[in-house]
Amino acid sequence: MLRNTKTRYGWAAILLHWLIALVFIGQFALGLVMVRIASQRTSFELIQLHKSFGFLLLGLVLVRIGWRLGSKSPELPEEVGEMERRAAPAVHLLLYAAQVAVPLSGWALVSVSVLEIPSMPFNLFVMPHLPLGVSEQAENFWIVGHQWLAYAGMALVALHVLAALRHHFWLRDKVLVRMIAPSLGRGGGQE
Amino acid sequence: MFVKRLGLAAFLAATSVVGSAWAVALSDAAGRYAISKNGSSIRFVIGKAGGGGLNGAFGRFEGTIRIDGGDIGRSRVDLTIYPESVGTGEGRIDAFLRSDAVFDVANSRQITFRSTSVQRTGDKSAVVTGQLTARGNTSTEKFAVELQGMNGGQIRFHVSGKVLRSRYQMDVGTPLYSNIVAFDMQFTGRRG
Repeated sequence: MLRNTKTRYGWAAILLHWLIALVFIGQFALGLVMVRIASQRTSFELIQLHKSFGFLLLGLVLVRIGWRLGSKSPELPEEVGEMERRAAPAVHLLLYAAQVAVPLSGWALVSVSVLEIPSMPFNLFVMPHLPLGVSEQAENFWIVGHQWLAYAGMALVALHVLAALRHHFWLRDKVLVRMIAPSLGRGGGQE
Repeated sequence: MFVKRLGLAAFLAATSVVGSAWAVALSDAAGRYAISKNGSSIRFVIGKAGGGGLNGAFGRFEGTIRIDGGDIGRSRVDLTIYPESVGTGEGRIDAFLRSDAVFDVANSRQITFRSTSVQRTGDKSAVVTGQLTARGNTSTEKFAVELQGMNGGQIRFHVSGKVLRSRYQMDVGTPLYSNIVAFDMQFTGRRG
């Protein structure tokens, strides 16, 4: 089952969800390590890897947004309260926004940097810089912006994870497991 | 009219003297020369993916050039570069180049070139082959040398050559930055 139904996620949405989760959290950890490492050579190489995965993340998120817009979203179980019913899409929207904004701000950062280091995702092709003015002030602005957007994104991820765990362990519904495999979402209502 | 002709003759005489002073063949330049900081430069450029390049220069270097008038092939060039003096116009890049990522100046304070052979390629040109040592790695490199002129006790050379940085454990950033470092050097030597 590739596509979503009214109650279940299809494999496309599930794979994109976990792949993006893995890359987003991995990127956060890599971002923290790469600027703290003593060896400048290793640091440089990790930064290039961080840039590569950043472009990959941006591509995956755009595919996921396209997929989401083009397919139905499974409904929440009937037992879910009104407040959560309203909060969930808002958090999801913010998560999508963060997933786009964090890599975009990183792209802006490398584009305005006075170091003018090219970007070459996974050494495959040259990714052009965004048409932004190069300056030290702009670089400092995007360094701070990229960091805070990443922290905000991780806070949203934490909120999202806590909500999923609440559904699984507290409410004992299929909201979490239906994002693991389509077959696990069976019995969640009319399809 | 006579004054005009005299003026023209004097001008032509003067320019021919200046021209002959700088127009000199390698064999005429025999002697030992110390590379002078004034009038000398070592510049390099490393190509960047997508166009452009990283331009830099070394501010501190020293060396000698000994030209054997009888046999140019027996001439010698010795050059020592202090990589701590590298400059690109951007402090963070300079710090990166001095770090363990590239020159590792904390452990390797000099880059040396010792010629092993000089092959004459023209009246004023030669190819100098020698051992380049950087970060404890030694490799054979070739540089094209062109005698630009000689005046008084001074001699001028233009030197160019390409070096693969991977041979010296300096290949960080490839293929983002080319593995080839193109050198463009100007040396002024003082006899003595």
